[in-house]
Amino acid sequence: MSDTGAETRRAIYRTALILTALTTVEFIIAFTKQYYAGWFGISESTAHSIVVATFVILTIFKAFYIVAEFMHLKHEVKRLAWTILVPFIFIVWLIIGLISEGNYWGKQASADQPGTSKTEMIWRS
Amino acid sequence: MADVSVDKKALIEGERPIFNASYGKLMMWFFLVSDAFTFSALLIAYGALRSSSVSEGLAWAKPENVFTHFPLAYEIWHLHWPLVFVGLMTFVLILSSVTMVLAVEAGHRKSKKEVGKWVLLTIVGGVTFLSCQAYEWYHFINGNPDGAYLVNVNSLNGIRVPALDDLSLVVLTPEHAGESHEHGDVTALKTADGTAITNPDHIKAILKRANHWHSGVFVLSAVDARKLNISGLTKTISVQVYPVKDTEGKIVGIRLNNGFPISGEDVVTPIVQAASKTDGGANLKVNEYGPPAFADLFFFVTGFHGTHVFSGVVLLLILYLNVQKGTYERRGHYEMTEKIGLYWHFVDLVWVFVFTFFYLV
Repeated sequence: MSDTGAETRRAIYRTALILTALTTVEFIIAFTKQYYAGWFGISESTAHSIVVATFVILTIFKAFYIVAEFMHLKHEVKRLAWTILVPFIFIVWLIIGLISEGNYWGKQASADQPGTSKTEMIWRS
Repeated sequence: MADVSVDKKALIEGERPIFNASYGKLMMWFFLVSDAFTFSALLIAYGALRSSSVSEGLAWAKPENVFTHFPLAYEIWHLHWPLVFVGLMTFVLILSSVTMVLAVEAGHRKSKKEVGKWVLLTIVGGVTFLSCQAYEWYHFINGNPDGAYLVNVNSLNGIRVPALDDLSLVVLTPEHAGESHEHGDVTALKTADGTAITNPDHIKAILKRANHWHSGVFVLSAVDARKLNISGLTKTISVQVYPVKDTEGKIVGIRLNNGFPISGEDVVTPIVQAASKTDGGANLKVNEYGPPAFADLFFFVTGFHGTHVFSGVVLLLILYLNVQKGTYERRGHYEMTEKIGLYWHFVDLVWVFVFTFFYLV
């Protein structure tokens, strides 16, 4: 039995290492992202989109390791795992719906009142 | 129909018929799913408000300009280290997740001593995280002691500050022929002060340089705007700068909102003179970093997460006391460690998302 315990602990330390590595990669990107525009001729907005997409993918990887290993869901019966995971398709729908809705609000606002004093405070976001 | 007798005890306490998980763990999972929905709603609200803010003219705050304080480095040497402190907080929370899962593993071996040790270390991690959060909130609320200055770049006639030029942006709203929204069909570009650019060659030259933001507007750097001779923009560009003072309170330099320092009296003095002052810090109505919704969501989301961490610390304290009292030894299993562990990992999981969407993106 003590043998299986050692195996579990190895898996824990491996997961911890992976999570730390992924976070470190995120930090390196966060500190260097301002220099990416211009590489291979990509524009600033393309570089920004690539960086955001990378952050999201790394975050999903981290979430997977936390849920699968630390929360042990990978080792539960499949029925339980699916019962917990499937409801999150509603969240995917909500993300798609509300982000495009947010863009629409912004467009409406700029269409309603072009050039009002609000526009005086523009700095790079 | 014959009477069907149901063994309620078996249903509740552990025949484990469907999911091969105990009632308690199952209910913890279902609670966590509902809690994940709450956090998702908050983060999605953040995304929706953020993506709407650009074309309203009040661009979102840049996290690396907001979260720059690090204990001692700031207090003693007035250094700004963007995102380093939040990185430390993330690391503390991941570590506390590791000690938690080690406690669960020790529980499987029914090793009272080890469970106690790892749970105690997890509590230390949780309390450290909460203390870090208190420090971060303190600086977020108080902000820059001298407030910030909003500088209109084009009011600095004749003074060239390249870093300022880099920071400022010019937003152009396109007008299209009919219903078409193709780039080639842009018939006019409207600047923020209402001037319309209609010359096709001029539009073509601008669109070649401009970035198209997904909210539909085109954005030019101030440098390009000047090159392209867009004159209707002279009142539209403002950027945020922070004064840097010497020990006697005299302004000796300024720090741009991307952390870039500028010194030299010939540049600093006219910039400060041309600027309008804003109060430092943040509350629910105004803040120095961006739109009010930015601070509101910061308080609500990190506050809600901090409340979860606090609840987790309380649960862990109860767990620790019960471990020491031998409650679980008498019970014959350490399942309570697993249930509280699930909750603790969930708190870590939420932080992974908060960290990405609040601090990195």
